[in-house]
Amino acid sequence: MSVDSQFVHKMWDDHELSKMVSGGIPFPMLSDAGGKVGTVYGIYDENAGVETRGRFIIDPDGVVQGFEVLTPPVGRNVSESLRQIQAFQLVRKSKGSEATPSGWRPGKMTLKPGPDLVGKVWEVWKTDMAFD
Amino acid sequence: MEEEKVGCARPTGGPVGESSEKQVVKEETISKEVPKMIKVGQKAPDFVAPAYHKGKFTQVKLSDHLGKWVVLCFYPGDFTFV
Repeated sequence: MSVDSQFVHKMWDDHELSKMVSGGIPFPMLSDAGGKVGTVYGIYDENAGVETRGRFIIDPDGVVQGFEVLTPPVGRNVSESLRQIQAFQLVRKSKGSEATPSGWRPGKMTLKPGPDLVGKVWEVWKTDMAFD
Repeated sequence: MEEEKVGCARPTGGPVGESSEKQVVKEETISKEVPKMIKVGQKAPDFVAPAYHKGKFTQVKLSDHLGKWVVLCFYPGDFTFV
């Protein structure tokens, strides 16, 4: 979503994005004229008249589980967004009985929060696990 | 998603519901310079927005996607990187 019109979205997809992604962008490109939606989400820069790089992960109940906002010059890491979605999906599936510690990736160990875990995280989770 | 008939006017969207009420409360209780920020664990504000999707002009409403995971991504402008 950006402040550009859907017509400009089409031009961008036709003339540039379709050269990067075969068949063009597969998801809807949304238009937010005047930054009305961006303002409600707290990421619209009124002075510049553009949206900043806000990314929101919204679960099937419509609840915001996470967000990230960057200023325009720095791009995002899509792998990290996917990792977070996978983590939120795991937690949701386990109905909160499992948690994903720092550095978790699919297949890595999860934690089972509860009285038995208090003071014992150091036994199962090491600091090098926070990194790739 | 239904295809929208597009005339000469540029279609616009915006937040859905509660917005007028919220704005009044905001003016009374919070200084205008304090921007509101989304909180994790709370409902994502609903909205409708015109969209371009695979060769068609459509409209997207966030609440139509309940039951699915949604990534909502804002960026400064077309023809920049994301």
